[in-house]
Amino acid sequence: MKDELEKRLDRRPNDHPQRTALKDIPVREELLPRTVKTPDGQEIRIDPLQDYYCQAGPTVQTPAYTRIIEDLFNWARAESLWILGFGTGCGAIEMRPLMTPRFDAYRYGIQWRPTPRQANLLVISGYLSVKTLKRAIRAYEQMQNPKYVVGLGSCTINGGMYWDSYNTIKCLDEYMPVDLYITGCMPRPEALLQGFDDLKKLIRAGKAEGANRYAENFDWYKTNQKRVIRDWDMPDYSW
Amino acid sequence: METLYARLKEPFGLTDWVLQKPDLCFVTVAREQLRPLLLHLRDLEGFTHLVLLTAVDWIEEDRFQLTYLLHDRAKARDIGVRLMLPREDASMDSIHELWPTAATYQRELREMFGIDFPGSPRVNEDFILEGWADLPPYRRDFDTLQYAHEAYAERAGRETRDPARHMKEQLYPDGGQDD
Ligand code: SF4
Repeated sequence: MKDELEKRLDRRPNDHPQRTALKDIPVREELLPRTVKTPDGQEIRIDPLQDYYCQAGPTVQTPAYTRIIEDLFNWARAESLWILGFGTGCGAIEMRPLMTPRFDAYRYGIQWRPTPRQANLLVISGYLSVKTLKRAIRAYEQMQNPKYVVGLGSCTINGGMYWDSYNTIKCLDEYMPVDLYITGCMPRPEALLQGFDDLKKLIRAGKAEGANRYAENFDWYKTNQKRVIRDWDMPDYSW
Repeated sequence: METLYARLKEPFGLTDWVLQKPDLCFVTVAREQLRPLLLHLRDLEGFTHLVLLTAVDWIEEDRFQLTYLLHDRAKARDIGVRLMLPREDASMDSIHELWPTAATYQRELREMFGIDFPGSPRVNEDFILEGWADLPPYRRDFDTLQYAHEAYAERAGRETRDPARHMKEQLYPDGGQDD
């Protein structure tokens, strides 16, 4: 895996023509160090990037000490997929029928949550504009381990019909560790259910290691992310 | 619609008129006349709703066309007011005092076409594109395809087929008749 990642990184050197056109983007004002007054009247110095965010990058989660325990964990993980309610492209529409009685994904232990802190599955449901990618990365990083990413539809795989757009990424796994893709434009709800079932199999086999891949190749992912997100005005790791 | 045009023609010096449908027409107006015309349409003719404000890049003629589309709810009819701008350093008077919604359209035009609207609220802030450093992408001299190739990583193995040729090969494998 690592070899393949490095090969891809080689393909696009650092003096990429678009990179030279970067303008200097100032850090957002609320992230600048400043002096604030506390409610009880003290004046204190704060540096939001230091004080509000964790400086350490993500760490690799090692498996449990014996195989049998790890298998038990994986079984438990597979049986509760909690999806972050975050829709990016057309694909978000296909999630609604899954929540309602006709397809009823809840019977498989799948449900939707309103906040990244309670979710362990991020479904990138279609094309991802650069602006949304920025939010998706932050949402992903705020999710707790174990966590998984599913790419939905051809847009996440190779750009789909947005392959020649000035504003959408074409290959999701350059920016986020994707565990599984579901093909189609759009995939039907049945395809999603099948996909979730396949994801469960991957998790039970201990092969859904996206979060660890993200931690191991953190710099590579950040380089790719910063290559397309020009106004990087946020902490490197939003945990 | 004809009577409306006849009423507007003289006072606002309209040069051009296209009746696209019985309830939709387009007129072209000079820059200084735009504001009086819009005010007249809004306050006296019942076109109270600004449907959209958009631009067309006529690169061959070296100008931008702005289109202000207005709707008259009572009579269920629309009028499009067109205005030509030189392409170089394009800049236009803001109409956000007439319709506050215009500010959003103007901000979009500023970002996508690079047309400036001095005085319009937040017109220089990023709207959809964040941190964009290239040509405004809706200008026709911006090469979208090349930009997409250079800026975003691609997955190898993507094939593109011309639909007409592909169907012909499917249906007439022996070549068929030339049409
Ligand atoms: S794959 Fe198709 S349906 Fe899905 S986001 Fe892309 S264009 Fe829309």
